Amino acid sequence: MNRALRNLFLTFTLIFLLCPIAVVAGVSLNADKFLVFPPQGLSLAWYAELFTESSWLIPIKNSMIIATLSSLMAISIALPLAYFLWRYQVFYARALFALGISPFLLPPVITALGFLSFWATIGLYGQMIATIVSHAIFFVTLPLVTISLGFESVDREIIEAAETMGADSRVVFRTVVFPLIRSYMVSGYAFCFVLSLNEYIVAYMVSGFTVETLPIKIFNSLRYGYTPVMASVTVVFVLLAALIFGLIGRFGDLPRLLGAMGAENRNL
Amino acid sequence: MTGERPRGLKNHLPIIYPAAMLGIFFIIPFGIMVTISFFKRQSGGFYTSTFDLNNYQNLFTEHFARVLAFSIFISALCAVISVALGFPFTYFITRMRRKTQVVWLVMLVSVLSLSAVIIGFAWSLILSQSAGISNFFVWLGVMKQPTSWSPSFWALLCGLCYVAFPYTVLVLYPPLSRLDPHLPEAAQTLGASPIKTFFTVVVGSSRAAVVSSLVMVFAFTLGTYVLPQILGRPQHWTLSVLITDEAIYHSNLPLSAAMAVFFMLVSLALVGLTMKIGKGRTVESK
Repeated sequence: MNRALRNLFLTFTLIFLLCPIAVVAGVSLNADKFLVFPPQGLSLAWYAELFTESSWLIPIKNSMIIATLSSLMAISIALPLAYFLWRYQVFYARALFALGISPFLLPPVITALGFLSFWATIGLYGQMIATIVSHAIFFVTLPLVTISLGFESVDREIIEAAETMGADSRVVFRTVVFPLIRSYMVSGYAFCFVLSLNEYIVAYMVSGFTVETLPIKIFNSLRYGYTPVMASVTVVFVLLAALIFGLIGRFGDLPRLLGAMGAENRNL
Repeated sequence: MTGERPRGLKNHLPIIYPAAMLGIFFIIPFGIMVTISFFKRQSGGFYTSTFDLNNYQNLFTEHFARVLAFSIFISALCAVISVALGFPFTYFITRMRRKTQVVWLVMLVSVLSLSAVIIGFAWSLILSQSAGISNFFVWLGVMKQPTSWSPSFWALLCGLCYVAFPYTVLVLYPPLSRLDPHLPEAAQTLGASPIKTFFTVVVGSSRAAVVSSLVMVFAFTLGTYVLPQILGRPQHWTLSVLITDEAIYHSNLPLSAAMAVFFMLVSLALVGLTMKIGKGRTVESK
């Protein structure tokens, strides 16, 4: 296509993507408590409030605990499954893989309602552990896809070489395979962590009234009107996501990871 | 290592834990939900276990039909807009240098990972009267006074497209980056203008990718829950909102489970459709 046309189009896309974030960033630095335009004075007070007020600190703590533990659990499910599928291409392994992908393909509200019915039935509704396990299952797709990709990239000749030299399968895994898939595990963890931090509907349905996560807190305060702290928390979230994915982009193989995710979605 | 078959308990050891986790925390919740959808609701949020098709019969109300129709309508509209914008965009970034590609991809994934709550908040701000973009237009002299554009149908559509756009790009990225770069070159050597090349060669040879991305973005947007509540009016609420309301505010878990099961069947039909299109394409490329 025409170069000028192309650049115009790309510029508009960039504006479209960044504009809402830029407005929020501007508002977050506004000294006035009420929304005004143009901004009145510069202040970091709303960032300070975010990290000192307990009404924000508790959801931050909850979200961090949930994201950290649920991603860990998701990895613990994805790693052995991806390993097994890579070693033995049997139908039940493939079926389990498909099962692990499916929370991602269904509208989230369905999975969320399933979790709600489950935790209500066994009596853990409203507990943080319910949110953690639900998130782990809900996001297991991501590490499953990235770690499977890591296994695929392992050259089988290296393993044969190691076996010829007398290493048993445990030693091969620890010394050859694991170092090769480690970066894929880290990417899977990072994807999982960021998405868990941002997830609303599952956390809300499973224990939204007792375990307030950050998105729930933001939505609740949005119902009661505007506070500039919401703007500052948004900026923190954007920066965190940009930092984490920036690191993956810098040190990992983002085009390959995303290419695989698209392919995974389509082939199911 | 492929082709090897696992034998005995020892070989199956790694798969036991993932199978148990997915079985207990994904299959069983689903089973419970489907079972509850046949239960009878009692007052006070309880229900008795019977086999009752009442909930499914109660689904087919005018309200439910209207909400379903609206959800499908706005998701389809959003899918068309996102693919129409996302396709040329994805094509452009796949032709960029790898480093530039990564920068765009990082930005897209970051936007995609943002909570819908945050995106809804950002869009309600930018469309608001007090701090919104209309002030900018007033400053430019295009408008007389700032106005509020949210909540409205258009605000909701903007927000949905904002979420769906990065998703569309990620769906289209793999097929478009595999597109043979010699094809457009050849077309241009033969005298086609760049724009003509784009529409005939690039779009033409990715027809299956376009169709499957339309279906996927449609299914993705269909599940939206938060945005309609922030950017839309009550008549713009989607099926997800209805299901959640029924479960949490009306404490009618059986009815909301029935809705969810129905919704799942609709979505599964869509996934099946995507699969079929995907298969059609592999045959085509052979």
